[in-house]
Amino acid sequence: MDISLQKVEYRYAAGSPFEKLAIEDVSFSVPSGQYVAIIGHTGSGKSTVLQHLNALLKPTAGSVVIGDRTVRAGRKEKELKSIRQKVGIVFQFPEQQLFEETVLKDICYGPMNFGVSEEEAKNRAEYWIEEVGLSREILNQSPFDLSGGQMRRVAIAGVLAMQPDLIVLDEPTAGLDPRGRKEMMDMFYRLHKERNLSMILVTHSMEDASVYADKIVIMHKGKKVHEGTPREIFADAEKLKQWDLSVPEVVHFQRLLEHKTGILFPVVCLTMEELVAQWKQLSGGHPL
Amino acid sequence: MMEKMIFGRYIPADSIAHRLDPRAKLLFVFIFIGIIFLANNGWAYGAAAAFTVLSIWLSGVTIRFLIKGLKPVMIIIAITFVLQIFFAREGDIIVDLGFVTIYEEGVRQAIFISTRFLLLVFMTSLLTLTTTPISITDGLESLLNPLKKIKFPAHELALMMSIALRFIPTLMDETDKVMKAQMARGSDMSSGPLKDRLKAVVPLMIPLFVNAFKRAEDLAIAMEVRGYRGGEGRTKYRLLKWHGRDTLALLSLVGLTVLLVLLRG
Repeated sequence: MDISLQKVEYRYAAGSPFEKLAIEDVSFSVPSGQYVAIIGHTGSGKSTVLQHLNALLKPTAGSVVIGDRTVRAGRKEKELKSIRQKVGIVFQFPEQQLFEETVLKDICYGPMNFGVSEEEAKNRAEYWIEEVGLSREILNQSPFDLSGGQMRRVAIAGVLAMQPDLIVLDEPTAGLDPRGRKEMMDMFYRLHKERNLSMILVTHSMEDASVYADKIVIMHKGKKVHEGTPREIFADAEKLKQWDLSVPEVVHFQRLLEHKTGILFPVVCLTMEELVAQWKQLSGGHPL
Repeated sequence: MMEKMIFGRYIPADSIAHRLDPRAKLLFVFIFIGIIFLANNGWAYGAAAAFTVLSIWLSGVTIRFLIKGLKPVMIIIAITFVLQIFFAREGDIIVDLGFVTIYEEGVRQAIFISTRFLLLVFMTSLLTLTTTPISITDGLESLLNPLKKIKFPAHELALMMSIALRFIPTLMDETDKVMKAQMARGSDMSSGPLKDRLKAVVPLMIPLFVNAFKRAEDLAIAMEVRGYRGGEGRTKYRLLKWHGRDTLALLSLVGLTVLLVLLRG
């Protein structure tokens, strides 16, 4: 399912003295099966963009095309459920949305809202709880007895069980330890690859954006200022600085290395492995 | 719609009303609420209204802004007005349509009661519009202090109030967040039969309560590690100071009381 934003503008409290322009003239598209990262400094409008992806917010100008549906400014939309079933949003700290008595019921909540039978919802819960790396035994426990990390996984399973075509992740690793972060990001990447799921990742982490995304969209002060592949984006550290962003550690290291040795790399390396391989070629096997 | 409400909101400015001592303002409003019930005829209500307009003028808030911001309250006043017209059954009949009859006394009562209501709402709004929540609680604590002798928990009450006020915006943000998260999971709070809508509130309320309890616990611990041990012997950063203008404000109420007593029939 393709999704695209066309000249989207959003004003909070439009028409009142407290009106505030949040985003303006934002256009980009996410073709089916792509992994797109949206990066930007705090207050750049990332979260506002995110809420347009499943019509939680309706643009005050412009339009959002979600599969075969179009949400246009100033038009009343009926039947938003079909949009929300296709686009699953994992909000920041999703563990705060758990409410049921048991993990099983909580995971079933989303699918059953979209008309899935109880039987099928249970099957999905049993399947997805293992996909997010938890055991089935947990299904009969209260979500409030779990650890923070487990709660987050349960909440994510609840969104995945809706079986959306596009998954939107808002800082999914905030507050997790480094290992938990990597496990979580790898899990999403695996889902993306195995099922050809489209992904939109809203993040502060340049590392995550550079490693996982096919395309990066940069937001700054409510506007989309740049768009490109990670290699294009992170090639120019100076440009990023003007939007209060930086390059990933690896790229920073590569630049220092180039400066020190005078040897210029032909490409921007996004992972340590890539950097090492490139260095071996350039230096003729000379160790770092 | 919440954003347009001014009920309970503070508007920073530097007017005479803003500079008054919060204790004076609290007493002022309480006394005003009491004495407005002395009015029972047009002249007395006129005097009270003039007094209110003068107070609004001294606060730098425009009447238009007040009326606009208190729209939801206006609707309630309008409903009371209509009900009052139909319920009073005294005096001469003004309109008789067979199925409804409107009496002169009904109209009179309706006008008086809604005027009284309106003046009360204006005055109490003025209090919150010109006083920061923290000053209100400080003032309240100070006013209730004498009651400590009879074991009234004045300090605790003021603390509870300031904590509650502090967390209103946080709770609002959180409600919005959880609501959106559940909507993204297909919950529908705005359409369908009433029974379903009530059901849709559960997934919103439970996370809110769980988070509120968690936050209360965190706050209690944070206060304890910073050495909080109740109001005993606690000094204050913001000291309240009573000025001549505060006495003057209260004296103006004495004037109004005398006027109302003289005017009432």
